[in-house]
Amino acid sequence: MIEIKGLHKSYHMGSNSLHVLKGINFNVKEGELVAIMGSSGSGKSTLLNILGMLDSLDEGEYILDGVPIKNLNETKAANYRNKFLGFIFQSFNLINYKSAWENVALPLYYQGVNRKERKERAVKHLASVGLEPWIDHLPSELSGGQKQRVAIARALAAEPKVMLADEPTGALDSKTSYEVMDLIQKINDQGKTILVVTHEDDIAQMCKRVVHLKDGLIVEDTLVNQVRASEHV
Amino acid sequence: MGLFDKDLWSEVFSTLTKNMLRTILTTLGVIFAIIILILLLGATTGMSNGFNKIFAGTAANSMFMWSQSTSIAYGGFERGRHIDFTLEDVEMIKRQVDEVELISPRIQLGDFGGTSSVMRNGQSSGSSVYGDYPTIDQVSKKRIVEGRFLNQNDMDQAKKVCVIGVDTYKLLFNKGENAIGKTIQINGIYFSVIGIFKKNDNINFEGENAVFVPFSTFQRAFNTGDKIGWMAILVDPDKEVSVAETKIKSLMKQKYNVHPDDIRAFGSFDLSEIFKGISAFTLVLQGFAFFVGIFTLLAGVIAVSNILLITVKERTNEIGVRRALGATPKIIKRQIILESIVLTTFAGLIGFVISVALLHLLDYKFGSSSDFPFTNPTVGIGQIVISFILMVGLSMLIGLIPANRAVKIKPIEALREE
Repeated sequence: MIEIKGLHKSYHMGSNSLHVLKGINFNVKEGELVAIMGSSGSGKSTLLNILGMLDSLDEGEYILDGVPIKNLNETKAANYRNKFLGFIFQSFNLINYKSAWENVALPLYYQGVNRKERKERAVKHLASVGLEPWIDHLPSELSGGQKQRVAIARALAAEPKVMLADEPTGALDSKTSYEVMDLIQKINDQGKTILVVTHEDDIAQMCKRVVHLKDGLIVEDTLVNQVRASEHV
Repeated sequence: MGLFDKDLWSEVFSTLTKNMLRTILTTLGVIFAIIILILLLGATTGMSNGFNKIFAGTAANSMFMWSQSTSIAYGGFERGRHIDFTLEDVEMIKRQVDEVELISPRIQLGDFGGTSSVMRNGQSSGSSVYGDYPTIDQVSKKRIVEGRFLNQNDMDQAKKVCVIGVDTYKLLFNKGENAIGKTIQINGIYFSVIGIFKKNDNINFEGENAVFVPFSTFQRAFNTGDKIGWMAILVDPDKEVSVAETKIKSLMKQKYNVHPDDIRAFGSFDLSEIFKGISAFTLVLQGFAFFVGIFTLLAGVIAVSNILLITVKERTNEIGVRRALGATPKIIKRQIILESIVLTTFAGLIGFVISVALLHLLDYKFGSSSDFPFTNPTVGIGQIVISFILMVGLSMLIGLIPANRAVKIKPIEALREE
């Protein structure tokens, strides 16, 4: 599903140049649930941003579902993001003046789906994360766990190939974190490829594979025995 | 997703209605700008209409001319010689000056502005008495309140009829008394009244205490021969009055042996100069109104753009999320430009409504008063359409500034912003 070869990325700030990713080789097969771990500054967020086409790569190859991702202009990147990727953020990033279902329907809006179908599909996805009674609520009327579930429903809405989660439990208490991870595991069970950036060990152990980054290189890549989050709930 | 997509508009409206107070404050600038623009334009139109109303009935391309005394000795004559125009001069001018369309000679009893005794049943009025051609009506229209004005028939048959002013009527008749068909006495000669006139609001030499009799009747009744007092001259609308004036004067100077440089021998009054001055004045006023209005509008639209810039800054995170979810730069740009246009247009419409109401109020206050030249202060459809197009165009152009700012934000930077 994801193939990365010799990926380099550096940032330039004035005369200083910061080499963040120093040649990453990394493949993800369909249906995997991968945790990307590393201390801050290890380059895990940069990797995720490049995977999410939010940032460009300097050197190397990135192939997503057989499509080489290169020379993207903003419009093309937006279309690819819309089609291939679902994002889950640490701070949820819901649009605060839109109701839950409108937030979920937003990626569909950019796909040009008509309003009626958008609502139907958004409601279906909200129901699948257990939020059917809250479809008309604003984000401010939801708890943190509920917000993250809305965000997950939004990431699912466009039926993406890959879901990218950047510290999805970073802003949640451990009980809610496990609930969210339970949801992510269930989605993965249905065959969706998911990448989770985290620095929490227990969260990483709930994935199927853990990749450790250190100073811009992959230092460890192991398959783990998945701990089911439902055991903790 | 076309421009008429319902979702696009609901996106725009939901962002605008999210912060109602800010939206309203933003639009204030444009509302005031439009009010100022429309009020200024309406006021100038009202003023111009007011002037037109005042000068209605007076031919713009006309002049008056009369004879005086020479001021330079010439051709063996001493200075101070008095010249009298005659009907022969009128014919001569008509023949030799192409620019002239019509000449209506006039003669009056006594000196210019002097009065004669007009009597009826022992009541008397000191009125000016004029012998006129019916064609005078084409130069300066009389407002007839009762009866009719002199006509060619009166002239041909030298009928002893007269048209009197309302002041004369008041002096000679009892209130409510029917004057038409009654006789009055001018210097001992009887004339029957055929009409009563009221003066125009504009240039007026006769006042309302005046009596008009046919020129031919005047000649016979008061023995004035071919002598005339002055002539009202109507010039071809395509020709310049001043050119005709010079030609006529030099012709008359030649005829009466007047020194070519003598400017006192003949007096004249060019009405077209006044009209030109007024139309130039209203034109300048209109241009000024548009100028001020457009720049106020520009300022208003810039205010909208400014607020949108702030909004973009505030919405950085939201824009980042939208970008991450698949909004192309074009979509973001279009939405912000549309917000700018919607805000401006909405404000513009409110401004139009308020200013039209204000113009109505102004018209109600001043429109009917005759002392103040202000009538029907409307704004033409053309002007409204132009201002509207300008407004939308400006808001679109200015909307590009915040729109480009929004697009320049990189999604990752935007997402990082909390």
